[in-house]
Amino acid sequence: MKNIIKGRAYVVGDSVDTDVIIPARFLTTDNANELAAHCMEDLDKDFSKKVKTGDIIVAGDNFGCGSSREHAPIAIKASGISAVIAKSFARIFLRNCINIGLMVFVCDMKKDTRPGDEITVDMQKGEIANARTKKIYQVKPVPEFIKKIVSSGGLLNYAVQRRK
Amino acid sequence: MNYVENILSHASGRKSTSAGEYIEARCDTVLMNDVTGPLAVKEFLKRGKKIKNPGSVVIVCDHFTPNKDIKSAENVKFLRDFAKKQKIRFFEIGDGGVEHVILPEKGIVKPGDVVIGADSHTCTYGALGAFSTGVGSTDAAFAMLTGKIWFMVPEVMEFVYSGKKGKFITGKDLILLTIGKIGVNGANYKAMKFAGPVIRALSMDERFTMCNMAIEAGGKAGFVVPDKKTAEYIKGRPGKKARVFADGASAQTLKMDISSVKPLVAAPHLPDKVGPAAKMNKVKIDQAVIGSCTNGRISDFAQAAKIMKGRKISAGLRCIILPGSQQVYAEALKKGYIETFLKAGCVIAPPTCGPCLGGHMGILAGGETAISTTNRNFVGRMGATSSRVYLASPYTAAASALRGRIISPEQL
Repeated sequence: MKNIIKGRAYVVGDSVDTDVIIPARFLTTDNANELAAHCMEDLDKDFSKKVKTGDIIVAGDNFGCGSSREHAPIAIKASGISAVIAKSFARIFLRNCINIGLMVFVCDMKKDTRPGDEITVDMQKGEIANARTKKIYQVKPVPEFIKKIVSSGGLLNYAVQRRK
Repeated sequence: MNYVENILSHASGRKSTSAGEYIEARCDTVLMNDVTGPLAVKEFLKRGKKIKNPGSVVIVCDHFTPNKDIKSAENVKFLRDFAKKQKIRFFEIGDGGVEHVILPEKGIVKPGDVVIGADSHTCTYGALGAFSTGVGSTDAAFAMLTGKIWFMVPEVMEFVYSGKKGKFITGKDLILLTIGKIGVNGANYKAMKFAGPVIRALSMDERFTMCNMAIEAGGKAGFVVPDKKTAEYIKGRPGKKARVFADGASAQTLKMDISSVKPLVAAPHLPDKVGPAAKMNKVKIDQAVIGSCTNGRISDFAQAAKIMKGRKISAGLRCIILPGSQQVYAEALKKGYIETFLKAGCVIAPPTCGPCLGGHMGILAGGETAISTTNRNFVGRMGATSSRVYLASPYTAAASALRGRIISPEQL
């Protein structure tokens, strides 16, 4: 697992729900690339054109609230987003990210982050830095049990490895 | 230990558990639908051949059924074939309906069970005293492989309702009141316990409505500790026996006197934007939707029919009635509610999630407004991103359909 994640910030507000992350009209497929083409479409129709591989979503409270559709984190991951940082996450969305291996960090930094800021996450140190503001934030530590799932490469790999 | 801790320690084979601990628990029921199921099954099939505990797995195709297009038809076919091969329960549309309406109806969920569903409204079954929560497709695949699920044991946030319930006040109004008070993430990660004299007197249907919307406050689960009404509900239904667990102290308690509460509505675009229906009279509506896993049970249609009996819906308005299950449909027909709706000018749709999530059977055009007994009013939830959804009880939705504007049923 990489210990440093670096990318440009894509900033969103509070309670970004899974219906805007991937609207129901696209839920007849689970193809990651098809989903990515419509990611965040109802919030920002140019999202898929704007984001570059490695970008980091920086959000406020309650990111990913609403439906349990795993299509939402799949769409975000396949868009090239390397991590999502939010003040808080809705729980089903957070589980889904852990289970599919999309990196998520709980950190309250949205209010002083601007779109395009260079963000660096140092997972070893548990720190996030904003290059423009020179601010350094502490990440909420990850429980051991969750670390095991993530280091196995997701929940199902964890299940298979444990079976051996 | 409280009720949730007791259920989860039993299900994880431990002597005790407490809030904040990570556990692996046995799943009594694992539910999937036509949106989340295909992904779960594909992930399962990459790593396993036979479901660990086939008796626990249930598939209900309800989101885009009757199949709205070729892709959704292929998804349902894929799940039907998988169910046949694995010998798991699969409900055809003629014997089914909306997942969270039919599982209790058919006796699949019982008090004390641990239920996971790859659908966020799986929290509905807390009304029966199950520990029941929504998860993703990968979790469902894991549960098919192992028979288990990982959880963090949640804290219990208790809501105690007292006072005299006003006319036209339903479980929907109480849960909207609660979400309005604590916000859309006010109960994030927590189990919401609904208690007090008002809940004890509340029908099972309305308890289902309240637990169903726990997720709209971020809740991991919603529940009512089983009582006489629960026992009456499960009596005579097939399936295994209920498990009985003791309750204990909650981490947090919120008391509400509801005597002065008037019919409520949640305005776009979050379920916590709650205010009295009577103060939203300027909002003109194009469509009313009555049904869903939130309010698609027989007493919901009894309430709507009571308002609509002998009256007509406003000219130029569409009112869509979606019975939650075939059984509810049959009962509504027998009791004359369907005839009331038809005479009022409503259209009756088959049991399906349909427009609730913007699937089909009543999608909104740009700029249109709906009042709906469903659970979410997010941007674009029922159609165009510039459409708007107001959430309300069946009484309030029916009254508003008659007037063509949002009104409180007291204003009729």
